[in-house]
Amino acid sequence: MKKLFTLLFFLPALSVYAEDISPQRQSELLHLLRHDCGACHGMTLQGGLGSPLLPHTLAIFPKAFLLNTILDGRAGTAMPPWRNFLTPSEAEWLLEQMLNGIKEIKNK
Amino acid sequence: MKHSNWLYIYLLLLISLVPTLCVGTPTYNCSLRGSGDLGVVVERAKGSVLIVETTTHTRLAKIPNLGDLSHASVVYSRDQRYAYIFGRDGGLTKLDILCGKIIKRVMQAGNSVGGAISQDGRLIAVSNYTPGGVKVFDATSLELLADIPTRSKVVGLVDAPGQRFVFSLFDAGEIWVADMHQPRSPKITKFKGIGRQPYDALISPDGRYYIAGLFGEDGLALLDLWHLDARRILPNYGKGEVKKPVYKMPHLEGWAMASDYTFVPAIGQHAVLVIDQQWQALKRIPVYGQPVFVMARPDGRFVWVNFAFPNNDTVQVIDVMSLNIVKTLKPGKAVLHMEFTPRGEQVWISVRDDDRIKVYDTETFAEVATLAADKPSGIFFTARAHKIGL
Repeated sequence: MKKLFTLLFFLPALSVYAEDISPQRQSELLHLLRHDCGACHGMTLQGGLGSPLLPHTLAIFPKAFLLNTILDGRAGTAMPPWRNFLTPSEAEWLLEQMLNGIKEIKNK
Repeated sequence: MKHSNWLYIYLLLLISLVPTLCVGTPTYNCSLRGSGDLGVVVERAKGSVLIVETTTHTRLAKIPNLGDLSHASVVYSRDQRYAYIFGRDGGLTKLDILCGKIIKRVMQAGNSVGGAISQDGRLIAVSNYTPGGVKVFDATSLELLADIPTRSKVVGLVDAPGQRFVFSLFDAGEIWVADMHQPRSPKITKFKGIGRQPYDALISPDGRYYIAGLFGEDGLALLDLWHLDARRILPNYGKGEVKKPVYKMPHLEGWAMASDYTFVPAIGQHAVLVIDQQWQALKRIPVYGQPVFVMARPDGRFVWVNFAFPNNDTVQVIDVMSLNIVKTLKPGKAVLHMEFTPRGEQVWISVRDDDRIKVYDTETFAEVATLAADKPSGIFFTARAHKIGL
């Protein structure tokens, strides 16, 4: 039972790879991040009206909370929901990129 | 004798080449020309700006190395020669648009959203998110003259008659008026509790009314700069309707006023709100998406509207006489900004994802020109040099 529970614990981490995100879609997601999320968070993700989305500023929050924020927004703030524009797996992939730091944006 | 003649000619030729050698773009240098039909286009991804001419629809120069321009704003010196560019990263650049040369550049904050030039043209104020506040610089030298900390993100910074700057505090819900007669010691008047989360503001073309749009509640804050009193207008304009998500903050500027009305974007509704001269809600015009820019043509006869993601491939035109939409245009993917020529016969529209600027005839709606631009965003023409609040 304990083993099953432990296994279930790690399943969410596997879901990122379960859905194949094509290179073109990855490019679209990064474009969305840079330009449309960037409308408030800054194109270099260093913040604006919205908070910075840099690895060290995001690392302090639980991933589930961050995923929730991307998909459903945060009530009482200017952060809107993006659920209609990307799947939960895609949001997870994008979040991973943000947590690792995005070279393509950093190099600007 | 012969030998020294040749030497003289040779030296003369060499000296005449020096100006060409000094300039980066061979076809554009400090030529003697007017600046009235010039403008600046921000290339938000590359951190560069284009200097453009509206008469011929041409790009004159590209100025690189302006830092993070992913949000950028520009004001002009009173002689229409210098563009002051306010970058997202806190960079403030003074650009000579006749020579295509950066005169001076300072990094004055961590995160910045816009700026203004004072009534007398001697002071440049910058509106900062981090650290929250306003910094004021000498327009000639960019020497820092004053620092006004606010502990809040500053938005809606404009110049006002009486050598004042007016701005709003997003987090604190306040409007401050800074009297800059003594630039190194601003005198601040604070209006508190003006509303929740003012996200931007406009000043009327005559410099009397400062109107802040509110994000945290339905309504706007109106500050009468003649009487120095502030009050709420259009409270509850949403009438309890569930708010739609806002993917990009609207932007307010003085061009919101046309004829007897003021046109402003609703927040969380796909609508433009029309306000009458008594500051009452007159009409709610349903539009294609969340409005970002609601701009009157200089003659006030029509109002052009663009929209936030995901409806940002569209522009709509409202007829001020009927208060109805008379045209819907599809310039392309990600229409970020629009700017009318000074007398309004044409409008330049930046289409970010098409890497183009499209120029439309505002009478026929025909596309009359297109220019290549890398991820263009803001377009700023020099006529702004002579407009209060711009």
